[in-house]
Amino acid sequence: MSIGKSEVASISRLAMIAVADHEVEQVAAKLSKVVDLFAQMQAVDTEGVEPMAHPHAVAQRLRLDEITEGDQHQKLQAIAPAVAMDLYLVPQVIE
Amino acid sequence: MLHTLSVKQMSEKLHAGEISSVELTQHYLDRITQFDPELNAYVTVTPELALQMARDADERLKNGTAGLLTGIPIAHKDIFCTDGVKTTCSSKMLDNFIAPYDAHVVTLLKKAGMPILGKTNMDEFAMGSSSESSYYGPTKNPWDLNAVPGGSSGGAAAVIAANLAPMATGTDTGGSIRQPASFCGITGIKPTYGTVSRFGIIAYASSFDQAGPMTRSAEASAWLLNAMSEFDQRDSTCLEMERPDFASELDNSLEGLKVGVPSEYFGEGLEPEVEKIVKDAIAEIEKLGATIVPVSLPNKDLAVPAYYVLAPAEASSNLSRYDGVRFGYRCENPKDLEDLYRRSRAEGFGAEVKRRIMVGAYALSAGYYDAYYLKAQRLRRMVRDDFTQAFEQCDVIMGPVAPTPAFNIGEKTDDPTSMYLADLYTIPVNLGGFPGMSVPAGFANGRPVGLHIVGPYFSEAKLLNIAHQFQQVTDWHKQTPAQYQ
Repeated sequence: MSIGKSEVASISRLAMIAVADHEVEQVAAKLSKVVDLFAQMQAVDTEGVEPMAHPHAVAQRLRLDEITEGDQHQKLQAIAPAVAMDLYLVPQVIE
Repeated sequence: MLHTLSVKQMSEKLHAGEISSVELTQHYLDRITQFDPELNAYVTVTPELALQMARDADERLKNGTAGLLTGIPIAHKDIFCTDGVKTTCSSKMLDNFIAPYDAHVVTLLKKAGMPILGKTNMDEFAMGSSSESSYYGPTKNPWDLNAVPGGSSGGAAAVIAANLAPMATGTDTGGSIRQPASFCGITGIKPTYGTVSRFGIIAYASSFDQAGPMTRSAEASAWLLNAMSEFDQRDSTCLEMERPDFASELDNSLEGLKVGVPSEYFGEGLEPEVEKIVKDAIAEIEKLGATIVPVSLPNKDLAVPAYYVLAPAEASSNLSRYDGVRFGYRCENPKDLEDLYRRSRAEGFGAEVKRRIMVGAYALSAGYYDAYYLKAQRLRRMVRDDFTQAFEQCDVIMGPVAPTPAFNIGEKTDDPTSMYLADLYTIPVNLGGFPGMSVPAGFANGRPVGLHIVGPYFSEAKLLNIAHQFQQVTDWHKQTPAQYQ
């Protein structure tokens, strides 16, 4: 198995997804299956092949630095879990 | 029976005043009430919105401002943000999300005057090939209620097959339009990457995601693609170019067409009955004047592993926005900010979505980036170049969409990698960004099978032409399961 328990803990931290103790083994087993699939790639010689990030060879389009949206904060905050005084509320961060 | 009309006939009758959009829309709403409880193809039905839009469409039909599709109802995959309507991506994470704006596709199809019947079920965040990972339960295949409809646009394919909508939108990141189209016996096309704006489509893997039409006929798909594709400044990868009339070549003859058939698409793993149906369909196209050219796609088998590095890597970045703070699911009583993030995401995402985010985070992490991510990007180019070379010898490539017809519900849920391999013929097309479509071509044990047609960039009109000509001499696309006729 290519992914062990300690790796699950570090991946859980990177992904910001909690993994309960009783799930660790199963998560490790299924992640390992996916990562094992990647092993097929290593057998191929890709020397000199340029990485491809995007299908078309076009430059990223830029736009003028102008305001294009009106003020919609009330509409956008109406769907937030917790808001007060136009601010998003989260648990206390600073002691 | 209004639902047995073709889209073309609906359009003609609406314009002639023989039927109204309200009548047509109400007919579909009634069918949804009657049949959707057993199919579970809709996450949300929007009768009030649909009827209001139908009344507006009738007004336009009367005052002469109506277009070809005005008054014809449509179902949107629940991945398209729809202003004021719940937009869930079939995830608990977005179960309470009322989109505050419209996706560009939704804006365009509202402008075209198409009443919105509702939002269709899908694999959670479009990550899957069976629509079983939906928070709202699996959609069933109208041809066999024990079978999956494919995925991720499984709800969209099912509503077309069961006549619960005449037209639908879908998205395709690794096969999510073509594979469900094949499994449900309908027509679906994924256009060239950059043709349709991704603005307001909930992101999965942004360098692959592309939206397209799902309909019964190629003609209807051409009309819908015309209406949903337009340059949009708000999607930085939307191509700034004039869109052709995708319906302009429908009636062209196929005389002289060169069809590439890759030997690698007919190898091990392909079910013999599917192989026979696909070969028969290619023979039918040969009869219409095409010639067959053997071609090779030697790196086909590398596409699946490369995709399952790249798409999860993009997903891990795209889905970092679900943090329980600005919108979406938030866990109860978080003890600190990190607990809020980790538990909201653990409780709000389903197993496959979490798996892909974690795989992506792993592939991008220190020590693995070169071995996995860069390696996969190099393979992506090799897979794309295979197609480019093949297209020097042929106009289009044909083969199977999937190795099997629809599999049974529950058959592959325990083994994610076996589900991934269901997309081995569609994924290479997404890696390259090429247009591809599925056209109904027959049945294996009562379950539909599609013919896969893939073309060079911007060849959508040609693909639709081939499909339309094929549909003039076959009637697979007109067939409907007995209980939904």
